[in-house]
Amino acid sequence: MNSNSTAVSVEKKAAKPRKSRLQRHETLAGFMFVSPMLIGVTIFVLIPIIATFILSFSDWNFIMGFNGFKWGGLENYQKLFHDPQFLKSLLNNAIFLLTVPVYLIVSIVLAILIDKHVYFKGFFKVAYFMPYISSVVAVAIVWQVLFHPSAGPVNQFLMSIGIANPPKWIADPDYALLSVMMISVWISIGFNLIVYIAALQSIPKDLYEAADIDGANGWIKFKNITLPMLSPTTFFLMITGFISTFKVFDLIAVLTQGGPVGSTSMLVWYMYDTAFTNLKLGYASSMATVLFLVVLLITALQWLGQKKWVNY
Amino acid sequence: MNKEPREPLNIRKTILTIVLFAVSILFLAPFFWMLSASFKIESDVFNFPIEWIPKHWNAIANYKEVWMGQYPFYLYYWNSIKITLVTTAISVIVSSMAAYGFSKIQFAASKWLFLIVLTTYMVPGQATLVPQFILYRYIGLFDNHIGLILIGSFSVLGTFMLRQFFMGIHNDFIESAKIDGAGHFRIFWSIILPLARPSIATYGILRFIWTWNDYQNPLIFLRTDKLFTIQLAMQKFTSLSGEFYSLIMAAAVSAILPLLIIFIIGQKSVIEGIATGGVKG
Repeated sequence: MNSNSTAVSVEKKAAKPRKSRLQRHETLAGFMFVSPMLIGVTIFVLIPIIATFILSFSDWNFIMGFNGFKWGGLENYQKLFHDPQFLKSLLNNAIFLLTVPVYLIVSIVLAILIDKHVYFKGFFKVAYFMPYISSVVAVAIVWQVLFHPSAGPVNQFLMSIGIANPPKWIADPDYALLSVMMISVWISIGFNLIVYIAALQSIPKDLYEAADIDGANGWIKFKNITLPMLSPTTFFLMITGFISTFKVFDLIAVLTQGGPVGSTSMLVWYMYDTAFTNLKLGYASSMATVLFLVVLLITALQWLGQKKWVNY
Repeated sequence: MNKEPREPLNIRKTILTIVLFAVSILFLAPFFWMLSASFKIESDVFNFPIEWIPKHWNAIANYKEVWMGQYPFYLYYWNSIKITLVTTAISVIVSSMAAYGFSKIQFAASKWLFLIVLTTYMVPGQATLVPQFILYRYIGLFDNHIGLILIGSFSVLGTFMLRQFFMGIHNDFIESAKIDGAGHFRIFWSIILPLARPSIATYGILRFIWTWNDYQNPLIFLRTDKLFTIQLAMQKFTSLSGEFYSLIMAAAVSAILPLLIIFIIGQKSVIEGIATGGVKG
């Protein structure tokens, strides 16, 4: 290490004029390699997000062309927080956050069992992963049929075991959001499970051996070794999970279209509806900005929280 | 399985296996129901108790209607395959080039440029849809496969994943190649890419799955029936055939099947990719 660095510095002194030309060459090569990606993200992400921000202060209905473009200042934002459907959507997003701890707990339990305590590990991994690999559209359509209020297998089953008036699931304003949340949990478990199994396998075995010598039982080992060692993974999955609940769209678009009576409307669905059904691009942009800020806030929490809550 | 000496059948383990198997039915049953419904005649679909093996087979007619009928799935399959393959190819090339540039070439602006790329990762895709839509309307890429492909081709995630892998490749390989007079393109093409083949395969498979399953972008950026992808067509087909559940299930099977095959072939890569990506963040 040491001799290596002196060699480099000697080389530096000797080859100064040549070095700058070489460095220019390196810089050029660097730019050439990264430029396709940079140009791509500039056109498709950077400029659009700035444009979203600017558009959010305008009142623009796309049908009217550029002539219909008007500045509205903070009007959109004021309207936003008096818009009952927007507030309802935001509330639904907040409720949807609950899916994250639910599927994390289920995933931890399943991961521990699959990793150590059962036969046919490979089969279980694939079985629980199936919903994640399948397209959300296909899965949503299958559940739509399974949840059919009168003829669907779910309710036929419930009626056959003596429940006279089973809920109408996605057709019932009181149960629709819950149904969508259940399907979302069902889809998400596979992914989280796989990540947890990988994390479990990276916990050093000697921790458990040491605990065995001390005579610790299974629960103590789980509480004092497994859970703390999994905490970085849990934290990461929780943050990405929270962010992804704010991006939920496919499920809503296919299953309920925000209905019945707005009971499953969520931020991105309402934004989509405003922008691409009603073509109110300015108003939709203010919602997109809110979405961006929420995701930014969660990401900031991640940076702050990482050190505090993760014991590693 | 064979590495360890065979342990006697453990009762606790057996019981837990049975319990977990019972739970896994919750995850598999919808798929079996879908498959069996797609083989049935329409009037049998909702028979209860569920007939897992159809009494009256109608499989050929159902699938023929889906594939050759008014909304011909062969066309949407072709569209999906085309879009998915091209998007995956561009994304893999662009991502691996950027990953190489950011991990193996030392240049002054590198840090700043990487920071820009990192920042864009925090922008949710949906927050940029409106400007993308406006842009596409004006430059004529709306309702166009090329437009859809470009939207999906610049995922920053691939750059992160591959950069992580590339950083693990020893610099000695590169230094000795440089001494032999190789330029960066030679090094990238004939040293780095072959060494990183497994990680590139992992990212490629994941990108393939995500693009194949994408619903939102085709929904927003395509209008003409003939251009639809399988996901979009499936949704339209469902709203069109309303009460024909056997047909809808045949369409669902058709949409899921190719992915399942890819997943089973590339199972190890997929699971490893998700595991490392997930653990490392």
